Amino acid sequence: MSKKIIKTIKIDADKCNGCRACEVVCAAFHATPKYSSVNPARSRIRLIRDPIKDIFLPVYAGELATAECMGRDKYILDGKEYEECAFCRASCPSRDIFKEPDSGLPLKCDMCEGEKEPLCVKWCLEEALIYEEREEDVEEEVKPDEIEQGLQSLLDKHGLEKLVDTLTRMSEKD
Amino acid sequence: MRYAETGYNLEIDLSRGNIERVETDPRDTELYLGGLGTNAKIIWDRVPPETEPFSPDNLLIFSAGLLGGTPATGANRTMVTSISPQTRLFAYSMMGGFWAPELKFAGYDKVILRGKSPNLVYIWIHNDKVEIRDASHLQGKGSVEVQDLIKQELNEPNAQVAAIGLAGENKVYFASIEQGRSSCSRQGLGAVMGSKNVKAIAVRGTRDINIAKPDEFIELINEVLEYIKWRNENPIPNYMPILAGLGSPQEMKHDDEKWHTENFVWGNARYRRKGFWTKEIAEDWKESMATMQRRLISCFNCPMKCGATISPPGQPTYMMKCFTKLTYTMAAFANLEFGLGIAQSATEYGVDGYSAPQVMAFALELLEAGILTDHDFPGMPPDSEGRFHWLLDRIVRREGIGDILADGTYWAAEKIGNGAHEYAHNNIKKHEQLPLKLSMLDPIYYLMYCTNEKVTITQIEGNFPQAPFATQEEREAFVSNWIQAPNERIKQYVLDWEPRTAPYFPTPDMCCEIVDWMERMHYIDDAVGMCAGLSAFPLKPPYHIHNYPKLISAATGIEMDEETLIQTTKRYRNLVRANNIIRGMRRIDEVPPEDHWKKRFPELEKELLDKYYKYKGWNNDGVPTKETLHDLGLDYVAEEFEKRGIYSETPSYEISAEKEKEV
Ligand code: SF4
Ligand code: SF4
Ligand code: SF4
Repeated sequence: MSKKIIKTIKIDADKCNGCRACEVVCAAFHATPKYSSVNPARSRIRLIRDPIKDIFLPVYAGELATAECMGRDKYILDGKEYEECAFCRASCPSRDIFKEPDSGLPLKCDMCEGEKEPLCVKWCLEEALIYEEREEDVEEEVKPDEIEQGLQSLLDKHGLEKLVDTLTRMSEKD
Repeated sequence: MRYAETGYNLEIDLSRGNIERVETDPRDTELYLGGLGTNAKIIWDRVPPETEPFSPDNLLIFSAGLLGGTPATGANRTMVTSISPQTRLFAYSMMGGFWAPELKFAGYDKVILRGKSPNLVYIWIHNDKVEIRDASHLQGKGSVEVQDLIKQELNEPNAQVAAIGLAGENKVYFASIEQGRSSCSRQGLGAVMGSKNVKAIAVRGTRDINIAKPDEFIELINEVLEYIKWRNENPIPNYMPILAGLGSPQEMKHDDEKWHTENFVWGNARYRRKGFWTKEIAEDWKESMATMQRRLISCFNCPMKCGATISPPGQPTYMMKCFTKLTYTMAAFANLEFGLGIAQSATEYGVDGYSAPQVMAFALELLEAGILTDHDFPGMPPDSEGRFHWLLDRIVRREGIGDILADGTYWAAEKIGNGAHEYAHNNIKKHEQLPLKLSMLDPIYYLMYCTNEKVTITQIEGNFPQAPFATQEEREAFVSNWIQAPNERIKQYVLDWEPRTAPYFPTPDMCCEIVDWMERMHYIDDAVGMCAGLSAFPLKPPYHIHNYPKLISAATGIEMDEETLIQTTKRYRNLVRANNIIRGMRRIDEVPPEDHWKKRFPELEKELLDKYYKYKGWNNDGVPTKETLHDLGLDYVAEEFEKRGIYSETPSYEISAEKEKEV
């Protein structure tokens, strides 16, 4: 058993005022060099915003989805209908968000590596975004089925031949 | 590489359907910054004073500010500039929201519309792709409703749309341009947009804006944010709560309307209602707000939440900002529920929330006075609330009496005659003002009312306290952490300001300095695209004359210190005035609304204006002198004045004195 830090951003969407400051600072921080440019389309947090319908939903970029889901979901909460896949964090072929605007490369929240706290949290004076850390015990070994799952997705994406080639090359290097 | 700005304008000739992306001259940025400053230069260069407001030759400029879209908190204003149909002067009005940053991300600092489209169109700007699209199917649609329709049609939920409603299409002189939670309401710019047959401009951008000195810039902005946090926790003590914090006046947050309802005036800017704010009314209004208000909302990159979404029963949700909450209610002698409801229709029609209620109250006064008769109002319901709805519908369609009223109180009175002008009494330069009638002349406000070319009092007042503090301790406490004061003298004025010294303190000399400084802050905001709610408007704002030069320099890479910034703002401030001077504006036009104050002091007022003109480097008729213009590098303006004989004409006040003698 070992300790692992779990980082959580608690999103209190009811407090969100729709300002997009979170997007601005995220985009600026991840520019190279840092803060040398700003473009919210590069942000790793996106605000789904439709004031007339009272929809204010900050969503964080998560893992890359190489293929879109077979079925989509659409939530209605408190009578408000959210757009398709609204709550999903994936950078996914089905939609534009969480991709670099020019290259289309996937974007993913890295919790602002190197900063004391996530910057979107710092810039959200509404406290709609709250950062929390906790420790959790974790099992040392990785479950085999996780490796299998990972390989399967690589296999789906690149095909068997390429995968075997790469694995062979990597093992030769070791 | 250009920093903070994109370096490109979008030139759209609507008559020919021609679209061009034009690189701008970086020299102009140094001389006029951007936003209002460069707009003033473009109007000077390209719109001669003979141009009629609705002529295809008039330009309509939508501009982001120099800092718009950068991480600078609150830098989200869109400055719209043209020639106003109502004042027939240089008009600049601005809106918050999300539009200007999106334009910058699309790669443009300004959209410049010229000509006139043969049929109703909207413009779609998506990075490099710019189209003029047919809007015939959107004719008559509400200005809020149409924003959604366009986004759906384009399949672009993230587009930002600025649009006009029926009022703009029908060229109502006080038509607004609406966008999200904001609007560009003053001086009828929506009518100019309508005259060009442009229903909306939609924009979506996914490009970078570059920052010249990133580390310096972000550090300054982090300081700004820290200060905002501190100010939110520390409202100014001993001060009216509604004005003690940052942002626009926090109308959506505050339920207590005793101050406004008892100090502002009702009807056609007429009646004070002392004792109006009873316990029952307080409860009723609180209830109305609580049931209809859904959420407090902000503009782009700002934590202040000056607006709210409102859902009146049985009507669609809309977004409201600050004082519109009360203008309809008070004009109609009605309750808050009525006000919030009619404001929904008014927002969809796209009319200015100051002018529209006043125009309607004006019409009803004329009816009462017998200057207009029942024949002018066929089918109008008998109750005040019904009448307002009825009138609003007529005005935006320009039907019957509505066609006359649609030109605003001044021009309507001109047409109606018969003494109607007496009732168009709350204007500056032909433009309706906030309904305020006070007792004692306020010398600072006197100068602002007279000389500021924004022609909207709430958007020109600012950083100096509106009234003296009661005790010496309070005064000392106020100046102790007043980092925004431009110099020690200004602090001393606050320390020396005792209650009941009006109108002789601050003295005219002090007033000149105070007003000049407050005005300058607005001019900076309007060039960099900053919301005045975080800068020129409230007491002790996060942006001020000491950190602005550093911010501008860090963002743009332009060398800037306080002196250069002051000189630069003077330059385009005088250029704004020059645009009005060649359109005939002179000293006689620079007067406050007639009965704004009960107690007037003609000699003091004359002294104030004499001194202020001199302080500004203007001659006694309000015209910038040759020397002033030369010092600012504006010799081209002086030459034009010379050519038009402006320097050699008889001063306006002498002509009007002559006329008075004759009658
Ligand atoms: S910064 Fe906070 S309030 Fe603003 S959009 Fe992001 S989550 Fe909402
Ligand atoms: S935590 Fe950092 S990387 Fe993640 S969304 Fe917020 S600002 Fe962006
Ligand atoms: S202070 Fe208010 S009006 Fe100004 S930008 Fe912020 S939310 Fe908008």
